[in-house]
Amino acid sequence: MSKVLVIAEHDGNELNPSTAKTISCAVTLETDAIDIVIFGQETGTVATQAAEISGVSRVLIVDVASNSNTLAAVLAPQVATLAEGYDYVFGPSTTFGKDLMPRVAALLGTGQISDIMEVIDNQTFKRPIYAGNAIVTVKADTTKKIVATVRVASYKESQKDGSAATENISVSADVPSHTRFVELSSDTGERPDLQVANVVVSGGRGVGSKENFDLLFNFADKINAGVGASRAAVDAGFVPNDMQVGQTGKIISPDLYMAFGISGAIQHLTGIKDAGTIVAINKDPDAPIFEIADIGMVGDLFEVIPQLNDQLGS
Amino acid sequence: MDKVMVCLKRVVDYNVRIRVKPDQSGVVTEGVKMSINPFDEIALEEALRMREQGHAQEVFVVSIGPDDCQQQLRTGLAMGADRAILLESDGEIEPLAAAQLLLKIIERENPGLVLLGKQAIDNDCSQTPQMLAALWNRPQATFASKIEFNEDSLRVTREVDAGLEVIEVDLPAVVSSDLRLNEPRYVKLPDIMKAKKKPLETIPVADLGVDTAPAFEVTSYEAPTDRAKGLMVDDVAGLVSALKEKGFSL
Repeated sequence: MSKVLVIAEHDGNELNPSTAKTISCAVTLETDAIDIVIFGQETGTVATQAAEISGVSRVLIVDVASNSNTLAAVLAPQVATLAEGYDYVFGPSTTFGKDLMPRVAALLGTGQISDIMEVIDNQTFKRPIYAGNAIVTVKADTTKKIVATVRVASYKESQKDGSAATENISVSADVPSHTRFVELSSDTGERPDLQVANVVVSGGRGVGSKENFDLLFNFADKINAGVGASRAAVDAGFVPNDMQVGQTGKIISPDLYMAFGISGAIQHLTGIKDAGTIVAINKDPDAPIFEIADIGMVGDLFEVIPQLNDQLGS
Repeated sequence: MDKVMVCLKRVVDYNVRIRVKPDQSGVVTEGVKMSINPFDEIALEEALRMREQGHAQEVFVVSIGPDDCQQQLRTGLAMGADRAILLESDGEIEPLAAAQLLLKIIERENPGLVLLGKQAIDNDCSQTPQMLAALWNRPQATFASKIEFNEDSLRVTREVDAGLEVIEVDLPAVVSSDLRLNEPRYVKLPDIMKAKKKPLETIPVADLGVDTAPAFEVTSYEAPTDRAKGLMVDDVAGLVSALKEKGFSL
């Protein structure tokens, strides 16, 4: 008998795909039930989307005003209370899950397994260390609850053909007021989300300026791609931090990743290792990114992108 | 604010190429350069700036690990920390135990703020700050890229997947630093000399009454499967046809 509780990630309107990926990991455990819990306020659509994920037994909704923002200090005591009836508590290894889950684990008096990339059996998991330069197999003590984050780049979203029951519940927990949400600023436009996009076009220091990034944005829009950047491009102020791909940014797994003017520092390569096909265009024939690219071309991105623009896209 | 506590972890330097031992028992750490975890160095830099701007009176650094950690603590002192505490242990300390040990120091020192890196670049766990905040029953502001002072609280900008989130946390609190919080200063030779005279206290972990026995057993270490070097094309036409061959119709 083992039961899994998965903490849903959402923005109040939409369920984040990280949730369906976390479910994909959870279903590889031998379990009797996998429940999703949604913390929020008026999260009707989110609950509907969660109920459609196949493999889910029940969707629990904790709908109170104080849950309208995802503050770890507010959510963690509620998760810890709910965890009572479960053997596993999983969240995604996004900034949401990374912030929340260790706080939950500590309240439960247990350790955490970060970034599960593979389930070997109900107590044994693989996870990356040293920025993915080594993979460890970790065996957990099953006399305690297992709290973990799931490395979302290692899993595809679970199918959406389920019809789980949804249930409003109340959780009694002491919710602190010492942490308050102020604001969230993001530059999300119509472009596909980096962590979901099938195709990602990405630029590095070689792009040269904020203005030049428009070349990438236009090309990305033409082929319906998400846009990412290397740390060098973010640090140089060309693009905002939420576009950073790599060890300290987003770890992504698109079907196709096209890197323009990115040399391929190890920290960047860590973020794209799980991509299906990697294309690299760089002026420097010795750029390390060519060592891992499936298709490489030595060339000037300012000449290549306009040509690609002509030959690709509708 | 009276004191700021900064936690420093000794890790393999970020420039070292990590190799898994042939018998899969670990990664090679013998003879490799060791440093302060880069995110912790950023945390220390932020604490030092707070003191320099008059927000804090004292900055002290804490590390957990073997005697060798004194090197990293001395580097922290050379950067400008006032004193150092080493919680000495030869065994592996997991994040929960680390948080429990650090809580003991918090109870003794009563810092107004605890700063740590958002993750250690060796095990990449990203757990200790959040666990410490939970055990201390205080706020956490993880992945911080900007910290501003209000009267009894901080306004912290956090780097999250969706962009930048601003939260307000009452003090005392735990803040974990992200890359863009600041650029740490370089240590100058006279500072290294001065650091040798600064106090460094050693406390055996066994004296702190925390169960540090590992809860997880690492059964093997493997090198990741490398991506093979692919095809080089000469021009855009070659690139487009290579993409088509892979099944992409863009």
